[in-house]
Amino acid sequence: MAYNQVTPEIIAMLEKVVPGRVVVGDDVNPDYSRDEMPIYGTRMPAVSIDVLTTEEVSQIMRICYEHSIPVTTRGAGTGLVGGAVPVLGGVVICTARMTKIISWDFEQFGVVVQPGVLIQDLKAAALQHGLAYPPDPGQKLGTIGGNVSTNAGGMRAIKYGTTKDYVRGMTVVLADGEVLDIGANVAKTSMGYNLTQLFTGSEGTLGIITELKLKLIKAPKFDVSVIAPFEDLDTALRCVPGIFTNTFRPTAVEFFEREILLLSEKFVGKEVWPKEVEGKPVQAYLLLIFDGDSMDEIEPHTERITDYLLEAGAMDVMIVDTPGQKKEIWDVRSAFLDCIFETHKLFDENDVVVPINRIAEFVQFFSKEAEKYDFGITYLGHAGDGNLHIFGVSDDMEEAEFKRQIHLWMVAMYDKAKEMGGELTGEHGIGYGKIPYFEKYVGPRNIELHKGIKRVFDPKLILNPGKVCFRLEELVSN
Amino acid sequence: MNILVCVKQVPNTQEISIDPETNTLIREGVESIVNPYDGYALEAAARLKDKNKAIKIYALCMGPSQAEAALRECLSTSADEAYLASDKFFAGSDTLATSYILSECIKKIESLEGIRFDMIFCGKQAIDGDTAQVGPQIAECLDYPQITYGLTCEIKDGELHVLKETEEGKEILAVSFPCVVTFTKPNFEPRLASAKRKFAAKKMEIKRIGVTDLDGIDRAKIGLKGSPTQVRKTYVPQVKKGGTVFRDGPPEVAAAKLAKLLVDNTVVKDIE
Repeated sequence: MAYNQVTPEIIAMLEKVVPGRVVVGDDVNPDYSRDEMPIYGTRMPAVSIDVLTTEEVSQIMRICYEHSIPVTTRGAGTGLVGGAVPVLGGVVICTARMTKIISWDFEQFGVVVQPGVLIQDLKAAALQHGLAYPPDPGQKLGTIGGNVSTNAGGMRAIKYGTTKDYVRGMTVVLADGEVLDIGANVAKTSMGYNLTQLFTGSEGTLGIITELKLKLIKAPKFDVSVIAPFEDLDTALRCVPGIFTNTFRPTAVEFFEREILLLSEKFVGKEVWPKEVEGKPVQAYLLLIFDGDSMDEIEPHTERITDYLLEAGAMDVMIVDTPGQKKEIWDVRSAFLDCIFETHKLFDENDVVVPINRIAEFVQFFSKEAEKYDFGITYLGHAGDGNLHIFGVSDDMEEAEFKRQIHLWMVAMYDKAKEMGGELTGEHGIGYGKIPYFEKYVGPRNIELHKGIKRVFDPKLILNPGKVCFRLEELVSN
Repeated sequence: MNILVCVKQVPNTQEISIDPETNTLIREGVESIVNPYDGYALEAAARLKDKNKAIKIYALCMGPSQAEAALRECLSTSADEAYLASDKFFAGSDTLATSYILSECIKKIESLEGIRFDMIFCGKQAIDGDTAQVGPQIAECLDYPQITYGLTCEIKDGELHVLKETEEGKEILAVSFPCVVTFTKPNFEPRLASAKRKFAAKKMEIKRIGVTDLDGIDRAKIGLKGSPTQVRKTYVPQVKKGGTVFRDGPPEVAAAKLAKLLVDNTVVKDIE
């Protein structure tokens, strides 16, 4: 592809559109060169612009399209696959300052928002009206635009689904600057190809989302957390499918092991989780959430699940229903990722999904595989939907060697996940870091279809180049 | 051995907001919880019981019928028995009257159960009243020795060894039985309720004590009328800033850090 550099003339044109907000060269915020997973590489853009309106984005895109300038859109930059890294330089459009909640529709449970609204702010604002935005990714400081772009999931997916289930429509600026409104704030549609869903999870490669029509639900009034400690992870994971076949209806089922819990408790400076039961050390935990409109609705479930879990080998079952205790235990759980990021020099991650009745087998597989290598591993996951977060970590390896070994481990894991009937990524997306694995996973025909779709929307391949499909090498060699 | 833990049901003050019109607390819709410091006192008792299963833990709460919920929470985690002191004659009691009623209840429970309490544990204060008077006053009423601001404790050589917080740091005090100890926040949280216990606690009997159960109680010393305290006005006290303690590393390192702090804050000009 023939891309052009950002020239002083282009900067002057951009400056006319957004006076005072075109940031150039060394003045660009270094955060705009990276996301949360710098192991996939970082690069500074030539120019960054914090946009505020659809019209601004449209005019910027007209300029960039005409001059074939690569454009990478970003929100808060909390992604984990290098998706927001401007790998070809060019222009970074940041939508993080588009933080308006534009309108509510209380009769139809809808809200219209700008893409820069943070997940935590959206949730809090909805709750003020007795409503809930149910998708619950661990990172609440991400933007809704970013969440839609990666179809973020989170731990409540088993009951409430993922981001895609809450996107009813959007305003998108296309590559050439034209503004497209798609979808509507209604419950049903059967109108042609579902472009709303196509843009959802497209990681900024098909267009730039500047407004979103989202679905909300009536907020459940009560929730209870249930902790089940186990003597080993295998026993914990093997009782997960039964949670569903017995229709206990949890909102979330999480699993993790002793080691990461101890690290996290130390990290946040709190000691709240049970570490032993009747003198025996706890090695693994299941953490479940139940929610509903009254405690009377929830309690029969928690009573039944208690019997089930004890029968299935839990050392004990604890019910946590006071706000103070819930906050304490979730503060520790929520800090896992930060804890890994802060305590290790090098880390890489994947978020494969495997059938829930094969999680135990998969954990055994990748743990055994990792024994071949020099890095350490740590992992946790959404046991209820089979979505795992598996980290390779090291404090003493050379980065190149770490990456070489991690790559071999990742290949083995993705091959195994495919063989088991799983998915390569549950909620992080492909971005830059996962393209080679994605190509292998889905095969050439599927990739051709992806490339075909990409060309229809973005014939000059200027939107978030080097992500999802079309490797960086393909773009610069052509 | 027997431990009695005094607990109070309090509004969750973290959730309380002030009505801007009337400048009073908005209590509507605010949930009630076990006073957190009482939770630490109960946990201290539970940790003693972990080491000696023969220890029996009693929880005592004074309050209206709703306060039963607080006692059930105690039964869910570690209390074996629960008593609720509830009577309209108790209503409006200040800390002095409350301590008097609680100490009379303690004697009554001892006679009902045919036991003696070796230890009376309380939270250092309740998060609603914040007086920190009831625990020490119970000790006075019962004429027991007391230790305040306890963090952890253990039974050693027939005495209770209490690690307590002081303004300067920590110290361990030993006390003979029977005794009263009030507890503050240690570096751990109380254990979580086991589901089985929690479900069982819902059905457990909570024994009631009313004024007629307390033989010989002086009715002139209880309730609103028996309370000498008069609230003239309330205000937010000035917070006294705690000093900085350098604990890490050898004394030379700590001294160097202190010196730097003094120089940086221009308390002293320079240190050679």
